[in-house]
Amino acid sequence: MSHTLLILILLGLMALAYQLGRRRSLKLVGGSRQVKALHSLPSYYGFYTAIWCGLPALLVLFLWVSLQSSVVRDLVVSGLPDSMQSLPPARLGLVINDIQNLAQGNIVSGEISPAMQAAADHYTRLRQTSQAASFVVVLCIALAGLALGWRFVSPVFRARNRVETVVRWLLVVCSTIAIFTTLGIVLSVLFESIRFFEMVPISQFLFGLEWSPQMAIREDQVGSSGAFGMIPLFAGTLLIALIAMLVAVPIGLMSAVYLAEYAGSHFRAWAKPLLEILAGIPTVVYGFFAALTVAPFIRDNGALLGLDVSSESALAAGLVMGIMIIPFISSLSDDVITAVPQSMRDASLGVGATRSETVRKVILPAALPGIVGGILLAVSRAIGETMIVVMAAGLSANLTANPLQSVTTVTVQIVTLLVGDQEFDSPKTLAAFALGLMLFLITLVLNVVALHVVRKYREAYE
Amino acid sequence: MLNVTPNSVGSVAPPAGVVGVGFSPTADDSRVISGTVGDIKAADPRMTARNVDVYYGDKQAIKDVSLDIGKNEVIAMIGPSGCGKSTFLRCLNRMNDTIDGCRVEGRIMLDDQDIYDRKMDVVPLRAQVGMVFQKPNPFPKSIYDNVAYGPRIHGLTDNKQELDEIVEQSLIKAGLWDEVKDRLDSSGTGLSGGQQQRLCIARTIAVAPEVILMDEPCSALDPIATARVEELIDELREQYTIAIVTHSMQQAARVSQRTAYFHLGELVEVGKTDDIFTNPSHRLTEDYITGRFG
Amino acid sequence: MSKMHLDPQRTIERVNATLGRRYRKEQRFRRFGLGAVALGLLFVALMFLNIIGTGYSAFQQTRVLLDINYSEEMIDPEGTRDPAILSSANYAGVIKQALRDRFPGVTSRGDKRELYTLVSSGAALILRQQVMENPGLIGTRASVWVPADDDIDMLVKGHIDRAVPESERRVKDQMVAWVESLEVEGRVAKVFNTTFLTSGDSREPELAGIGGAVMGSLYTLIVTLLLSFPIGVATAVYLEEFAPRNRWTDLVEVNINNLAAVPSIVFGLLGLAVFINFFGLPRSAPLVGGMVLTLMTLPTIIIASRAALKAVPPSIREAALGVGASRMQTVFHHVLPLAMPGMLTGTIIGMAQALGESAPLLMIGMVAFIVDIPGGALDPSTVLPVQIFLWADSPERGFVEKTSAAIMVLLGFLILMNVLAVILRKRFERRW
Repeated sequence: MSHTLLILILLGLMALAYQLGRRRSLKLVGGSRQVKALHSLPSYYGFYTAIWCGLPALLVLFLWVSLQSSVVRDLVVSGLPDSMQSLPPARLGLVINDIQNLAQGNIVSGEISPAMQAAADHYTRLRQTSQAASFVVVLCIALAGLALGWRFVSPVFRARNRVETVVRWLLVVCSTIAIFTTLGIVLSVLFESIRFFEMVPISQFLFGLEWSPQMAIREDQVGSSGAFGMIPLFAGTLLIALIAMLVAVPIGLMSAVYLAEYAGSHFRAWAKPLLEILAGIPTVVYGFFAALTVAPFIRDNGALLGLDVSSESALAAGLVMGIMIIPFISSLSDDVITAVPQSMRDASLGVGATRSETVRKVILPAALPGIVGGILLAVSRAIGETMIVVMAAGLSANLTANPLQSVTTVTVQIVTLLVGDQEFDSPKTLAAFALGLMLFLITLVLNVVALHVVRKYREAYE
Repeated sequence: MLNVTPNSVGSVAPPAGVVGVGFSPTADDSRVISGTVGDIKAADPRMTARNVDVYYGDKQAIKDVSLDIGKNEVIAMIGPSGCGKSTFLRCLNRMNDTIDGCRVEGRIMLDDQDIYDRKMDVVPLRAQVGMVFQKPNPFPKSIYDNVAYGPRIHGLTDNKQELDEIVEQSLIKAGLWDEVKDRLDSSGTGLSGGQQQRLCIARTIAVAPEVILMDEPCSALDPIATARVEELIDELREQYTIAIVTHSMQQAARVSQRTAYFHLGELVEVGKTDDIFTNPSHRLTEDYITGRFG
Repeated sequence: MSKMHLDPQRTIERVNATLGRRYRKEQRFRRFGLGAVALGLLFVALMFLNIIGTGYSAFQQTRVLLDINYSEEMIDPEGTRDPAILSSANYAGVIKQALRDRFPGVTSRGDKRELYTLVSSGAALILRQQVMENPGLIGTRASVWVPADDDIDMLVKGHIDRAVPESERRVKDQMVAWVESLEVEGRVAKVFNTTFLTSGDSREPELAGIGGAVMGSLYTLIVTLLLSFPIGVATAVYLEEFAPRNRWTDLVEVNINNLAAVPSIVFGLLGLAVFINFFGLPRSAPLVGGMVLTLMTLPTIIIASRAALKAVPPSIREAALGVGASRMQTVFHHVLPLAMPGMLTGTIIGMAQALGESAPLLMIGMVAFIVDIPGGALDPSTVLPVQIFLWADSPERGFVEKTSAAIMVLLGFLILMNVLAVILRKRFERRW
């Protein structure tokens, strides 16, 4: 953890720089009584010096750390015997993994050859060198920055404006992280997907009716590329999402209506938070509930009725997912229902409508766009939900509409393909990214449409 | 023009004890309200309220108000903001039921029924006593559906042609037909403010109520639209009993036959509109109509 | 005829004619609504009861009292007391000897093998620790409580029904008899299960604990907090206080709202592709987990922080600007402190989400079987929800109650965080 130490030293240096800058500013004007002669408050001169000391050094350290491992890796590879360098990329990846494990004293998958031992030593040496070099370089930059900042301090120097500009830029940089996250998501899934589509034609992926990514244990195994048709996965995803919606929409909507239109303020005050507990329960808990309680319950009851229910039925996963989504629908619907102006209710009650007639014929139609938006968001959530289906839905890609059978979903396949030992660059691993791309695009469209609809609705009543 | 019935002229005799207070213009305590001045009775009462108290939680909003609303007359309720006139109006078709913690005591009769009786049902009550609100509140539906809303929920007709006729007649009566007959399918919220308010009146008329309550129906309208609605109110008087709450004394003078002045939750004075405005009995009424406060 | 339609008398008649039907509809609608609320609450109750019902027993552990003979010839035959020898001695043999001594009637090989499965393999580790700490024990005898095997644990807790026929039961009749004879002597006891709270993961249910996962969650959350709070607040401050209204900031806004609804697993793909494959950060490390969760919770924190900033009335800003403060000073001296409670509330809620999240962490390898308790943000580790996922997949009956108990602990933390957020909101709520 020497980098932690380095960061601590840097923080200490920055504190020192703050003090030095502050002192110097005061000294230049002749003590704290003459503060008025300074353009800015002394603390700003301190901050300015500290920024010069810390910011460049931290940037260099950040770059160093993020590039270190790939540079070291390349150097290690170039030091390997030719026979090993010429291995296919996937094998090479495994070898490098082994070398790293060896260097860290972990268990290694294969036999340890002398070449590997040498490489591991090489690796350790390089890392140590890099570590030491980063220490020296970063500290030098920090000290140079400190000196530079210190020299800038003078009574006419507009330290406050400079500091504020730097802070402002920091704020701007922080606000772009959201953009970079989206960009990162798009690029990371896109690049891997493009590599996938080089191996598997995009038409086969989009319209294929069969999904069976073969478990290729060795690279040279025959038939290591299976069928990659995503239709059964999406059908399964939609089936489970549909069941979830059939549970969540009526219950969520009706409880929102009841809480907003019928319940007394007392009942509402404790029922609403209790219902919202459902939203705070982690999805893995729902998954456990689905797999251990609901699925066996449905299977056993189905057996009593003479139905053949799979123990990983779509019904169990969908049902539990629906329960998870109830509070989502109910709180969004509650928002839009209470946003319908009271004058609409008055108008309807004023001509003698009952409450339910008012709700059904006036409030719900008026709130419809908002409710639809909420439901779309909920669908997007159901499609992207992972843990419940990983734990309660099946693995085999059946193309069926029977909720009693087992189906698999996009997210289940992503998890299955990426958890455990991976072979890089095999279509199997890359397929997960292609599925991720599809998932991202579909949920993105749903979200954009839903957020747009909801916002338009809000504007209409504000 | 004034539709004064012999009865109302005859029963000018105010309750004993009230007269003295009402007619002592110099005394300082003339501003004390102790009972209503003037005749609370109407010639041919459609609704009668007796000793009505209204509470919002612990706060009393209406104190001991008794008032008749006569058939085929327009009664205006005036008074400064917060005087309880709107609250009283909303009691007349139990719209106050929708407010949490609102409690009504006393007796309000519609013909022979006590509307606060346990057996009384708000649905038929509101079908008989319709209401037009301060802000035009058409449903976000088509003009046709707005007017047809009441007849549909009450099942007044199961026949499309009859429903068309009801809509047409209501719009004609509300004076809106000529303006909207070519666009019955366009949205009610797309109309101008004055048209929207007339649409709301048409929506109320469509269920054929006996009494129409209007809660400051013109306060959100411009002067031209206001004039149009006032004209309409005068026309509707022939067939309906109308109680109107208004902020504008001129409006009360223009549209009503009787006027009731409310102050701090009490009914101070009630009488023929001409009398109230030309010769108010109570000092408070006088101060209000001469613009000293309010 | 046309007047007919608007006849009040007719209205009353028609209204009264259909009133009953309309009220029945009203009742039905109302009941339907109440039923929906009740159903929702029922689900809450059902889940909690189900989990507490299966999980509470995991906080107890069955122990067996054995008379141990720390015989010198088994532990340290040469008498050197060399720690290396003491650490690798055959303590399992000592345990087996104690069991044989207790049940001298067991002679056949198969029966003996069954006898040995009465106590956990962790029992030998306890003896080893005792001897390592106090070599003076060698050559003495003592009674020691050792953990029972998970099947015996289940039997004693009543999760295995003694009444069903032997063939349908995991524990043989003979073993039940042994356990019963031990019970009669008071040599079986249920004690508070500290192992569960302090140990790392294990293949043996009776030795598995959530200590490692809790530490992993802690490190992950610390990383998340350190990254997401400053970045989230800075973004909110920029967007709310400084940003000009233009296409760029609109884009940032739309982006943030969208990120809030992107499936969490996609963030895992991002973490895998960028942090691990591109930057070469270690797999399974809380550092990477924290970075992924930061990206996930940022939208929550930003949205809450912006709401908190919006709630500070403009008059405060005008007052500060009016006495000559710069915009930066206005924000940092006045607006930010006033908005801080709201921002902290949003952050706690974001942290609660992060604590319960598991899908993206599966992608970055925090799903491995890790026995050691992590000591830092770069050590391989798992987190509490992923530990739950792993145990839920294990076939042993003993892991079912462990899973439920881990869920109870997780929910306990979440409830604590939410209560904290509510208190913060109530305490510092300010109406302008």
